[in-house]
Amino acid sequence: MKALSELSIGERGIIESILDSELRQKLLEMGCTPGEEICLVRQAPFGGPLAILISSSMLSLSKLDASQIIVKILDE
Amino acid sequence: MNKKRNIRIALAGNPNSGKSTLFNALTGLNQKVGNYPGITVEKRVGRCNINEDYDADIIDLPGTYSIFPKSIDERITQQVLCDQLNDLQPDIAIVIADATNLRRSLLLLSQLIDMKKKTILALNMVDLALRRGIIVDVGLLSSKLGIEVVAINARNREGIDNLKSKIPYVIQNNSDQDFLDIKTVFPNIIDAANEWNNNSNDYTSFLLLCRQDLNCETKNRIGLDGLYNKFNFVPERAQAKEIVRRYKKIDEIVHQCTREGNPKGKHLLTKKIDNILMHPVLGYFIFLSILFLIFQAVFSWSEYPMEIIDSLFTTISDWVSSVLPSGMLNDLIVKGVLAGLAGIMIFIPQIAFLFAFIVLLEDTGYMARVSFITDKFLKKVGLNGRSVIPLLSGIACAVPAIMSARTIPGWKERLITIMVTPLMSCAARLPVYILIISVMISEEAAIGPFNLQGLIMMSFYLIGFLATILSAFVFKHILKSKKRSYYIMELPSYKIPDWKTVLYTIFEKLKVFIFDAGKVIVMISIILWALSSYGPKKEFQKIEAKWEHHQDANLHIASEKLEASYAGILGKSIEPIIKPLGFDWKIGIALITSFAAREVFVGTMSTIYSVQDGGSIYSVRERLLNVRNSETGQMFFTPAVSISLMLFYAFAMQCMSTLAIVYRETNRWKWPIIQFVYMGCLAYISSFIAFQLLS
Repeated sequence: MKALSELSIGERGIIESILDSELRQKLLEMGCTPGEEICLVRQAPFGGPLAILISSSMLSLSKLDASQIIVKILDE
Repeated sequence: MNKKRNIRIALAGNPNSGKSTLFNALTGLNQKVGNYPGITVEKRVGRCNINEDYDADIIDLPGTYSIFPKSIDERITQQVLCDQLNDLQPDIAIVIADATNLRRSLLLLSQLIDMKKKTILALNMVDLALRRGIIVDVGLLSSKLGIEVVAINARNREGIDNLKSKIPYVIQNNSDQDFLDIKTVFPNIIDAANEWNNNSNDYTSFLLLCRQDLNCETKNRIGLDGLYNKFNFVPERAQAKEIVRRYKKIDEIVHQCTREGNPKGKHLLTKKIDNILMHPVLGYFIFLSILFLIFQAVFSWSEYPMEIIDSLFTTISDWVSSVLPSGMLNDLIVKGVLAGLAGIMIFIPQIAFLFAFIVLLEDTGYMARVSFITDKFLKKVGLNGRSVIPLLSGIACAVPAIMSARTIPGWKERLITIMVTPLMSCAARLPVYILIISVMISEEAAIGPFNLQGLIMMSFYLIGFLATILSAFVFKHILKSKKRSYYIMELPSYKIPDWKTVLYTIFEKLKVFIFDAGKVIVMISIILWALSSYGPKKEFQKIEAKWEHHQDANLHIASEKLEASYAGILGKSIEPIIKPLGFDWKIGIALITSFAAREVFVGTMSTIYSVQDGGSIYSVRERLLNVRNSETGQMFFTPAVSISLMLFYAFAMQCMSTLAIVYRETNRWKWPIIQFVYMGCLAYISSFIAFQLLS
């Protein structure tokens, strides 16, 4: 179990839960439901936002928001 | 003959699903853009001919993922779709879905179905989905959802007629199929709520329980608490549960109705392009190159059309002033109205070029990447990745720039963007800079291979940018934010831009600029004309008597009348304040008249100093070069005065239209007033320091 922000680039995981309740609501609506596969695609330089791939769409979110998303790492 | 029935259709869907493209395809140029009353969300309504029986008003709703609103934009969508009392309540909702991302598109649709709205699903980008190996069984999807589903490609206008042909059928039939039986998710409380509210629709009762029903009155809300306690119901948790359950069902349906050929290959091309455009080094280099190209377009390419507009207005002015009998009306039209209009129209090419670029960058999907790579830096100074568009637009005109700040999610970031954008060097400062620089230094002066005039011009653009960033930083620490803001944005797949959407958007932005800013500029231009043409009667008569039999009477009269006019009196009255900056009352007049628009400075200076060259046709520059300081007899426009004056124009809030738009966007007088004061102080202090140091 890890926070999404701790993933390395290219690593994949399954969404377990989202801690912040307001963020949870927003991400749920955008299809980031528990059980969905999520992949960290890239990170902007100097600790900038992260780009994640989830159910065939690419989302960008800040590192702080990503630290609220708990994922189960998928082994290759 | 049958009379045609008029119906109302709402277009709803996720952001980036092609909603605007479909809207343009349905309505063409037959659209009106305004605001929803009281708030600053753009309201787009267009007309569409459905068939021989129906005409439709089409409302383009802001993009949203569900009917639970997260922003003012989304609240509009909820109000229009859910509020029975809303006068925009549509007869039909068309939900547009991106076929490459069907899952996420179906959430909003499923909620509308359960509210028993008459709904059609327009499945967009079917071709793109096919290329990515996703095949959607439209017929099966339609029977699973219990509504009409039409495959379209909004960009090539494919399937639009098919979509229109379904509308009459849908409007005549009621839908009664449930998508998700909410009662099975929350068994007892829904029944209790139905009974309590005298309501038969389960889902509407659920929305009421989640405090989402807009007709719910305060006294009813007290009753809700009783239900919450009795059934241990927490609205936020219930909403989350509802969404998860919906996605579960959606996943089943999507699984049954689509076949995916090669799911891993989907993002390959976009990913490859991203590897270049979002590269930690190359990415910034490309962005800077594109910025350079935009500057080129705004400043070099638009020169020619600007000259045409300029000469067009000169011709019209000459014609009007020769046709109308000379007198007040002639003066009012030529020097008030036409001068004001010319001041607006001259900027059309620059604004058109700038927005052409911005729309292109947005429509291809590149702008989201720019936000991504710049977010960290902008956040440091209290801005946001999405502030790039307003700041960039600010080099043309702050008015449309400030309006484009609407897409910034957080209140604080949006406000800071609005407050600092006017410090970016807008197009109206350009003629002022050009004039003063040309007076200050000769064209040949150079440092090494660089032309000195060009260097100074560039440094003033840089000064404007630095002031923007520094002020943002200061605001970041002054303003208290009530809410944490989320930075979640979609990075859409790259697309070839739809030229019609690009053209419509440029057209729309120009319309806003011409009508919103234009109204103020023309009005102020007329007031300033009056101020500078009228003054105490006695003074004017004296001047006329004095020059009665003189050779160049007209010129002397014009100049002295300006001095004696109300504008001149104002200029003289502020002279003590602006003296420490190196300005005299004549510049004072120009500062006052610049409130209509900064570039009015050039014309005012020309009038004020027209007298001493005895009417020969000199350029404004030559006139200013000949101005002598009345005390020392030296040239008046020394480098110290020139730099001080340019700094003043760089920082001062001399733009009524911007103040008006800031008021409209923030809904308070507080913010434009603060803006006026802080920019004024910045201007005064920096001009003061520059003049005292340099002279």
